[in-house]
Amino acid sequence: MPTELTSAIDLPPPRTTGAAGEPLIQARGIRVAMGDDLLLDQVDLWIAPGEIVTLIGPNGAGKTTLLKVLLGLLQPTAGSVQRRAGLRVGYVPQRLVIDPVLPLPVARLMTLTHREPLARVRQALAETGVEHRLQAPVHGLSGGEFQRVMLARAILRKPDLLVLDEPVQGVDVSAETALYQLIAGLRDRHGWSILLVSHDLHLVMESTDRVICLNRRICCEGQPDGVSRHPEFTKLFGPHASRTLALYSHHNHQGEYCCREDEPCPHRGSATGEEGAT
Amino acid sequence: MGDLLLLPWLAGVGVALVGGPLGCFIVWRRMAYFGDTMAHSALLGVTLGVLLELNPTLGVLLVCTTLALILLLLTRCPWLSSDTLLGILSHGALSLGLVALAFVTGLRVDLMGYLFGDVLAVDGMDLAWIFGGGALVLGVLGLIWRPLLALTVHEDLARAEGVRVGAVKLVFMLLIALVIAMAMKIVGILLITSLLIIPAAAARPLAAAPERMALLAIAMGILAVSGGLLASAVWDIPSGPAMVMAAMGLFMAGLARSRRKGY
Repeated sequence: MPTELTSAIDLPPPRTTGAAGEPLIQARGIRVAMGDDLLLDQVDLWIAPGEIVTLIGPNGAGKTTLLKVLLGLLQPTAGSVQRRAGLRVGYVPQRLVIDPVLPLPVARLMTLTHREPLARVRQALAETGVEHRLQAPVHGLSGGEFQRVMLARAILRKPDLLVLDEPVQGVDVSAETALYQLIAGLRDRHGWSILLVSHDLHLVMESTDRVICLNRRICCEGQPDGVSRHPEFTKLFGPHASRTLALYSHHNHQGEYCCREDEPCPHRGSATGEEGAT
Repeated sequence: MGDLLLLPWLAGVGVALVGGPLGCFIVWRRMAYFGDTMAHSALLGVTLGVLLELNPTLGVLLVCTTLALILLLLTRCPWLSSDTLLGILSHGALSLGLVALAFVTGLRVDLMGYLFGDVLAVDGMDLAWIFGGGALVLGVLGLIWRPLLALTVHEDLARAEGVRVGAVKLVFMLLIALVIAMAMKIVGILLITSLLIIPAAAARPLAAAPERMALLAIAMGILAVSGGLLASAVWDIPSGPAMVMAAMGLFMAGLARSRRKGY
C-alpha cells in the first residue's frame, strides 16, 4: 500500500502505524459468488490492533457481505480469513429489528447469549450513556438509544475488535456526531480496534485511521485527510451539503482523489476491465 | 365425577406445562403454520404405528421428525416460499394419513378421537407418556433456552457470539414433534397448535420479559384446560374444543386489557 503523502499541509498525522503489531484479522483474496452474481472479488483486508477502519461504498457494494466473511458467518467462495488466536469480536449488525411479539427488556437483550453479572451490564450501559434504560422494554427505545444499547452489548464481550455495521442507522442527525465520538472514545480508552461500515463519512473522518472504498473490489484505500473539518469546506458546502455528498478525499493507487458516496466509485482498478452494475 | 376428571385434568396440566414455554417460541418465531403441519402429519404416524404394531406415539414421533427434516431440506429451494411449502406438506400429510387409515379398516381406529381429541379416555399409560415426555422436553428446552432465544432475536448475531444455530433449530423442531405426539390425545391433531399458541398469545400483553411470558403461558394453559374440562363435564360438550374455547376466552380478555392500556 503506497503511503506517500502528496499534500502534507491538511493531513493530520496518522494515529497508528498499520504495521505495528500482528494484525487482528487478515483476509486475502476474498471472493464471494452467489449463483451468477459476484458479490466480492479479490478483496484483501487487514486490521491492526487499535486501528479504526471505515468501510464505505455504494449500496450493493458488498460491505455487509465482507463483514459476514470476516466474522465467519459466511464461507467465501475463494480466499482465506485469518484471525489472531483467541480473537474476541463484538458485533453490532445492520438494521436489527426486534419483533414486538417478543417482550424484551434492555437488561435481557444485554445477556442474550451469555450470562453476565448485573454490575457489568450496568457498567457497559453507563459507558454508552444509557444506564437509565436498563429495565426499559427494547421497543420503547429511540433509534439512538437502541444503537447505544447494542454498542454496550458489544462492549460487554470485552472485544479486541468491534465490528459495527452502520452504527448510526435510525439515529437523529443531531445525535450522530455524539455517537461517533463515543465510538472513537472506545478505541482511545480501551485500545480496541474498530471496523465500521458507514455512509456518513464526514462524521467519522476525524477518528478514522484508514478508509476502504469497496465496490465488489477494493477500489481504493488510504488515510482520510482533514477536509471535512477544514473551515473552507464547511463554508463552501455547509454541514447539510457535506452530509448529502459525503465528500472526502484520500490517496488511492494513482494518487488521485475519490469518491462520492452516492455514486459508484470511479476508481476501479484499470486492470479489472469490466464495469459491474450496482 | 371428580375422580373421573382427575386423570384427564392431570394430562391437560402436563400438556400446559410443556406447551406454554414451547408455544411462546412458536409465537416468537412465527411458526404457527409449521406446528400445524407437524400436527397434521401425526395421523399418518398413528396409522403407521398401528400397521407396524408400534406404539402410536412412537409412530407419530417418527413421522413428525421425518417431516421436519424434509421441511428443513426443502426450505433451501429458492422458488418455493415457506408458507406454500408448509401448505403442501400439511395437507399432503393429512391426506396421506387418511388414505393410509382406509387401508386398515380391519382395525378399529377412533378417527374422531385422533382428530379432535378424547381427553376423557386418557389412561395411566398416556399420563406416563405425557409426564415422562414432558419432563424430557422441558429439560432440553431449558438447556437450549438462551441460544434459542438469541437466534430468535437475530441469527447472525447469535452465530457471531458462538451459538450453533443449525443444531439448536433442529433440536427445537424435534421438541415440537415430541409435544405433538404427547398432546394429540388431549385436543386432537387438528387443534393441537391452538393449545400451543393461544395461551402464549394470551400471555403476551401481560409480560415484560420472555421468561415471564413463558410462565404466564403455562398459567393460561392450565386455566384453559381446567375451564374447558369443567365446561365439558357440566354441559356435556366435546372436551378438546371446549379447552380451545376457554383459551380463546383468556386471549380475548388479554386483548381487551391490552387495548385499555393503549398498546
